[in-house]
Amino acid sequence: MPFIPHTEDDVQAMLDTIGVQHINVLFDEIPENLRIHDLNVIESGLNEMTIARDMKARALKDGGLACFVGAGAYEHHIPAAVWQITSRGEFLTAYTPYQAEASQGTLQLLYEYQTMMANLMGLDVSNASLYDGASALAEAVLMATRANTGAKEPRILIAGNLHPHYRKTVETLVRPQGIVLETLAYDEKTGSIVRERLPTIQHQDVVALIINQPNFFGGLEDVDALTDWAHEHQALVIGVVNPIAMALLKEPGSWGKSGADIACGEGQPLGIPLASGGPYFGFLCTKMEYVRQMPGRLIGRTVDQEGNIGFSLTLQAREQHIRRAKATSNICTNQGLAVTAATIYMSLLGASGLADVAKASHANAKALCDGLKAVPGIRLRFNAPFFHEFVIECPCAADVLVQALLKQGILAGLDLSILSPELSRCLLVCVTETKTKADIEVYVDAVKQALLNISSATTV
Amino acid sequence: MLIFELSSPGRRSHLQAPSCAPEPTDIPAAYLRVKKPVFPEVSELQVVRHYTTLSRKNFSIDTQFYPLGSCTMKYNPRGVHQLASLEGFLQHHPLTPVSHSQGYLQSAYELQTILAEVTGLSSVSLTPMAGAQGEFAGVAMIRAYHLSRGDTARQEFLVPDAAHGTNPATAVMCGFKIKEIPTDKSGDVDLEALRVAVGPHTAGIMLTNPSTLGVFERQIREIAKIVHAAGGLLYYDGANLNAILGKCRPGDMGFDVMHINLHKTFATPHGGGGPGSGPVAANDRLKPFLPIPTVGFDGKHYRWLNEKDCPQSIGRLSAFMGNAGIILRANIYARLLGGEGLCRVAEYATLNANYLMARLKQAGFTLAFPDRRASHEFIITFKKEAKTFGVTAKDIAKRLLDFGVHAPTTYFPLLVPECFLIEPTETESKQELDNFVDILITILKEAEVSPEIVKQAPHRLPVRRLDDLKAARELDLKWRE
Repeated sequence: MPFIPHTEDDVQAMLDTIGVQHINVLFDEIPENLRIHDLNVIESGLNEMTIARDMKARALKDGGLACFVGAGAYEHHIPAAVWQITSRGEFLTAYTPYQAEASQGTLQLLYEYQTMMANLMGLDVSNASLYDGASALAEAVLMATRANTGAKEPRILIAGNLHPHYRKTVETLVRPQGIVLETLAYDEKTGSIVRERLPTIQHQDVVALIINQPNFFGGLEDVDALTDWAHEHQALVIGVVNPIAMALLKEPGSWGKSGADIACGEGQPLGIPLASGGPYFGFLCTKMEYVRQMPGRLIGRTVDQEGNIGFSLTLQAREQHIRRAKATSNICTNQGLAVTAATIYMSLLGASGLADVAKASHANAKALCDGLKAVPGIRLRFNAPFFHEFVIECPCAADVLVQALLKQGILAGLDLSILSPELSRCLLVCVTETKTKADIEVYVDAVKQALLNISSATTV
Repeated sequence: MLIFELSSPGRRSHLQAPSCAPEPTDIPAAYLRVKKPVFPEVSELQVVRHYTTLSRKNFSIDTQFYPLGSCTMKYNPRGVHQLASLEGFLQHHPLTPVSHSQGYLQSAYELQTILAEVTGLSSVSLTPMAGAQGEFAGVAMIRAYHLSRGDTARQEFLVPDAAHGTNPATAVMCGFKIKEIPTDKSGDVDLEALRVAVGPHTAGIMLTNPSTLGVFERQIREIAKIVHAAGGLLYYDGANLNAILGKCRPGDMGFDVMHINLHKTFATPHGGGGPGSGPVAANDRLKPFLPIPTVGFDGKHYRWLNEKDCPQSIGRLSAFMGNAGIILRANIYARLLGGEGLCRVAEYATLNANYLMARLKQAGFTLAFPDRRASHEFIITFKKEAKTFGVTAKDIAKRLLDFGVHAPTTYFPLLVPECFLIEPTETESKQELDNFVDILITILKEAEVSPEIVKQAPHRLPVRRLDDLKAARELDLKWRE
């Protein structure tokens, strides 16, 4: 039987010990009118060889495209060692390290992760992970509301150039708490948030300002000015950042005069494959003064009874398995394995390697952007410095270009018409260190050709 | 030793990063980072050796018996892991047009169908990323349902005192007040207390069945009747679904919505604390409120269903579509087993639990519910031993580690003092279970003869018992030079 080791003799001996005739007797406490007798509507089982053939065919349907889409999930080179080590059974098939003495491997790794992530963000403390970037932001909003206790009707200011799926996730997860979300419009020309146009705040209910660096359009924000503005108005600052970008750009802990209060985001760029959207992991870092408001697991370094250094889950009084209804979050299982991969990735790359990934991604994005600007009919939508993503405006619906390049095996970018009518001709394009000069030339030529085809089709 | 302590300034693994990355010239200096973060500076071999060494300090299913109650630590098939890690799946960007996503979409759609059959509910959304997020989705759906009917008075959620901690924490996140319902002596919900508790303020109840006490809630139809008659809905916590696969279905019991832990019942790896996956299944009444996106099929092509298709949805729970890699694994596992294999899961999980319970009873251990059948798990209590020998459940748990067995869940549920919640799962052999009984007998003897050995355990692990108080008082959450 698949994955069941029992022989007939085993089963008989076990039933004898229990004192019943048949396995089905063991279900006799289930009322008869609730019993079902099979799951035959589900197809019969397959063997490993048959299913392997089937899954390989499916994988082939989904793979093979040259990826120029980012929008929250980024293709980076993943060193071979990352998943070879991460896939070791001792990491893969362990669970939450409740028995600390039998989980020192995972616990020490998480402590090292907390150190690297907090250092990357320039903040005091990192938790051991949340589900993904969007839900991490929702947890950051709830945390800021707990930390900024003065507000009667808590309001959160959200940059209008935040990833729309992040915005929607936050709405789903914080709506029941009666928190009001207010959108800050971005500047039409730059795609960024401008300090001069921020609203006049007249009351104390604004608990936090959410800014993202880079923003959803790939552009860079004047984070110093925005942070200082928020702090002048007694609001906390939540920075949603790309962790790779933070090797190059100013880290949240150094924003403005006193630094962002919470940094969170998507950890996927750090060694996690695109994989249809998950599993990724969310990270969340903060200043020491807010540590007791944090959601999720925290690992602390301590000693054993002989004075040897060891690691254990700590401040568990914040968590659901201890505090139940009074916990800071309901989170239990998080994304431990993805964090294992990220920790190994960061160790292999080091600070210099990570900065090189960021610089190479930026340079490649710049090269493609320059190439595209030279194509007649294409223009850069926003005039602002960017990291590794930018928005182009096409002379046609963006989807026409997407479909044309798809035929050549290129995933051209994200059609932004889903966001608003004024972005209907806009394409969000991402380039990372994985692309070569030749890849970029192929992309530009494909766009030229597609536009020629479109214009000749319309002239005919 | 920490990875940072292996570090030497200037050492790098050059092959891992792009070479000749130019300094940016078009980013204002004020936007740039001034000081590099403190990261380890180590070679590739140092990294590989360090983390391989660390991995060996873990207990895991691959290396030890892991009877952690309520967590279903069964074997995670290697073939499943390999196939979900095929290049085409790993390369696939979540925002790829559906024309080039049919492989994943088909797999997700099939899993939705399988989960609907297994649960007896009509529709499934795979997006929740863990059990607790599935709980959030389900309870938020119940909230949305009441509000859609203009019923704003339902502010209270009922939760049995034996429930997982996530249940009350979830209901609070969804904006509800909690009312605890007591359990009767036989381990069932106290029906009289339930009748008194329900009313026009009741939004719903969260239940696990079999409960966390390791027994089947026999009055479930009656509970459903009481809660539904009061206008409330029923949420099923799917943590213990492994116990009833193909034997009975939450939908038939009267539940309106539930989550399934794919990392338990569908054998996906627990990863040292995740990723899990907590799909949510609902009946027709709650279907319109399922989180988006879900996968639809028109007979020819698969596609994402979004806001436009599901205007009453509670919305998104993540940036993309949940833990896709876990969803793939669950699909492969379910299709390897097929309908008959899924039924066997419950049968042999239950056989193993009842066998282990019978053996421990014969060996003189105290069962929490001696007159009940075990589901896929059961509880023993060391109340007597704690009193007689001064040896607690925690001490015995730590001593088990010395014998190379992961401890069962301890001190949960909170109702039973000094308890072990033991879940052997269906993938363990009779020999393994017999070995576990022998070890527990040995420890019990030690507790009688030389209790200090047990109280000071563990002795043979990388560290001795840790000072948790120091960890909390003198917070050290980040290494400093």
